Amino acid sequence: MNFILHIWRQANSQAKGFFEKHELEVEAESSFLEMLDALNERLISLGKEAIVFDHDCREGICGSCSLVINGEPHGRHRATTTCQQYMRDYQDQNELWIEPWRATAFPVIKDLMVDRSAFDRIIQADGYIPVRTGAAPEANTQPVAKPLADKAFDAATCIGCGACVAVCPNASATLFIAAKVSHLSSLPQGQLDHKRPAKMLARMEAEGFGSCSNYRECERICPKQIRTDTIATLNKLLSQR
Amino acid sequence: MTEEQPLDSFSPKGPLEQRWTQHKYNLRVVSPANRKRYRVIVVGTGLAGASAAASLAEMGYQVKTFCFQDSPRRAHSIAAQGGINAAKNYHNDGDSVWRLFYDMIKGGDFRSRESNVFRLAELSTSIIDQAVAQGVPFAREYSGYLANRSFGGAQVSRTFYARGQTGQQLLLGAYQAMSRQVAEGHIEHFSRSEMQDLIKIDGKAKGIVVRDLLTGELRSHLADCVVLCTGGYSNAFYLSTNAKGCNTSAIWRAHKHGALFANPCFTQIHPTCIPQHGELQSKLTLMSESLRNDGRIWAPKNPADCGRDPRDIMEQDRDYFLERMYPAFGNLVPRDIASRAVKHICDEGHGVGYEINGQKLGVYLDFANAIKEQGADVINEKYGNLFDMYQRITSEDPTQQPMRIYPAVHYTMGGLWVDYNLMTSVDGLFAGGEANFSDHGANRLGASALMQGLADGYFILPATVSDYLARQTPLVDKDYPEIKQALQYSQSRLHRLLNAPEPTHTPDHFHRRLGKILWDHCGMARNEFALKQAIEEIQQLREQFWLEIKVSGNDKQLNQTLERAGRVADFMELGELMCIDALSREESCGCHARVEHLTANGEVQRRDNDFGFVSAWQFTGDVVQPKLVKEPLHFDFVSPGIRNYQ
Repeated sequence: MNFILHIWRQANSQAKGFFEKHELEVEAESSFLEMLDALNERLISLGKEAIVFDHDCREGICGSCSLVINGEPHGRHRATTTCQQYMRDYQDQNELWIEPWRATAFPVIKDLMVDRSAFDRIIQADGYIPVRTGAAPEANTQPVAKPLADKAFDAATCIGCGACVAVCPNASATLFIAAKVSHLSSLPQGQLDHKRPAKMLARMEAEGFGSCSNYRECERICPKQIRTDTIATLNKLLSQR
Repeated sequence: MTEEQPLDSFSPKGPLEQRWTQHKYNLRVVSPANRKRYRVIVVGTGLAGASAAASLAEMGYQVKTFCFQDSPRRAHSIAAQGGINAAKNYHNDGDSVWRLFYDMIKGGDFRSRESNVFRLAELSTSIIDQAVAQGVPFAREYSGYLANRSFGGAQVSRTFYARGQTGQQLLLGAYQAMSRQVAEGHIEHFSRSEMQDLIKIDGKAKGIVVRDLLTGELRSHLADCVVLCTGGYSNAFYLSTNAKGCNTSAIWRAHKHGALFANPCFTQIHPTCIPQHGELQSKLTLMSESLRNDGRIWAPKNPADCGRDPRDIMEQDRDYFLERMYPAFGNLVPRDIASRAVKHICDEGHGVGYEINGQKLGVYLDFANAIKEQGADVINEKYGNLFDMYQRITSEDPTQQPMRIYPAVHYTMGGLWVDYNLMTSVDGLFAGGEANFSDHGANRLGASALMQGLADGYFILPATVSDYLARQTPLVDKDYPEIKQALQYSQSRLHRLLNAPEPTHTPDHFHRRLGKILWDHCGMARNEFALKQAIEEIQQLREQFWLEIKVSGNDKQLNQTLERAGRVADFMELGELMCIDALSREESCGCHARVEHLTANGEVQRRDNDFGFVSAWQFTGDVVQPKLVKEPLHFDFVSPGIRNYQ
């Protein structure tokens, strides 16, 4: 398969970026990132700087990879991270535009890599249950109804990739926060902390993310299918404060 | 290779079940008021590192943490699918700390320490309590109580799980605990930072040199002790199930500063991975071992059927070889046994799927029976996300046709040698989680890795690091010559990587070649001839590497090619040690199958009298001449028997 690639190059957060054009032949069974690996091999051999992009587990779980492919964060397949996209999925599109996440709160570091440390600071703002090591009671002393545990799990499955922010017209991190709040607050262990939603949202604002105005693009793009009903849970908890 | 005094692990004596309690009593503690005067460096923030950092910071120490990823939440612990063991006996099926202890000792083929393994089994129950309190959403029964399943190598249901994402949920628990300490100012965390070197002052580990991966800047950090929780080195094989960034650099550089490297040849090969599809593939993907609970593994009896659609192959023409060879455990035999059986079947010409180097490397993992018996809904509830993942990668639907699987490198039981306190042979340098060697022996029992990482981090290191600190006077910051020396060494190494005399090939080019040598000669089966050949080939490849490595860009900026080159350079040296270790261990045990030492049935044959020890290798200043130091293993409570699963 032959592809014409337009890849975003940007030396650093201050520099002006531009699309660089490459042509590449690639096997259909290659993953999207393996395609970039192959291109990088060629660039290095020519003495040029490799294209910088974030990736690690390549199994769709670490949340590192973060490419916007033809306008879609993580690429065309729903409920799938970039690292799990395969070139065979692009048989009908031989021209691809590859860009980094775009959001003020995610400054570009270089090329396709952005700084998502704002997410860490949002978690630091109260995205945890404070329990000291060794101070926990026997696990089965507090049963959790299965539907509740499943609901918590559905929210907990967020990988913190930031696609929800990248796709949101407001660049809001509400879905990310809502997922964490829903996860922790639906379990009895995490219900005591009523300030969690407000603290996390305040941090979100301070980091430069926008607010939620119910476009629901985040739900459409989320590789882990986190649903916007977590945002309803978040809002309900906020009003109960 | 010469020998000297045997190594002492300083394991406590006395009844096994009292050792850790007694030892904890003997360990010194630092008074709460004094703790803030002590600094601890934790490198690596996966399960072991994040839990250790969170727990130490909670106690009041000043902790600095480092990881190469952009956030601790991305450590490779996150990818563990199957589960975590704990001897809770919630199923009333006779589980106990003793049984878990025994299963692990046996699973490791009697090449791990009794004291350590018992302690791990003992702490397992508290890990579950801790995780549940943190909000880890483990699977539940309809009663609301925690659910369990059985897992490879175990005949009891002791594995706790969170769908197929147990590692993710446990890591997020530890990461959140750590985040709380960052917010409280007890942890100063540095992401996108890679350890380049260890700083030893007066023979003690007192700091590290770190490269800021964004700016390229080298900086030193000092502390009163250093804890390495940097994971395993499976990526030495290039193709593995590990994340692309997993590397050996931190522990390898510690090794070069005197930390003994134990059992480097013990590499666990996971039987249920998606087979390789092409030469330029970058990594392999693991399918949770839990699939073997309901999936039946088979290959065509007749090699002529290997190219056919599996659905057209009649029942009587299928060889359910694990059920045939190991009737008692069937498809649930431990990983090493299953992996070797799969390799054997493929080597005999019964493999299916893609052809790599002229051989079909895959067998079927079939859910048709399970779906018929239990219904598609039940099977989907159990494995749905794994099926989706498989379908995404292969574009085949496992509910309609059997999955194809083949073994892949997955976990390394070897690592830095540590004593009972998890301290390496360098004073003040600790190693936790996969980075140390101590608990899994020659083969890791499924669902034991998460348990070990968290036991080390939450419960063991906080106690033993405190004991160490209680014996130290807080380090005074000043210009130690060792700092400058370590900075200079790190700088010159980067310079060398960037300025090879005849730059020709990329880091990945060399990495792939090294990986192939290791997989072919130091993989699922080893023999003397092949290992000697591998050692020679690696030496040649290493020479070529330093002559021809090509890295574009410079070291004063973000440069992923340079990062990779540095890691490959370390893998080159470690790879040789892996082969040297495999060559010297003239027996078969666990994952280490020396073909010279197999029974007539192809089973591993240990030689307890000659090899009932841990091989700990000392760096002598010359990579090709490591020195072997032995730690004899004593079994006072179990008697090493034949590891029979038939």
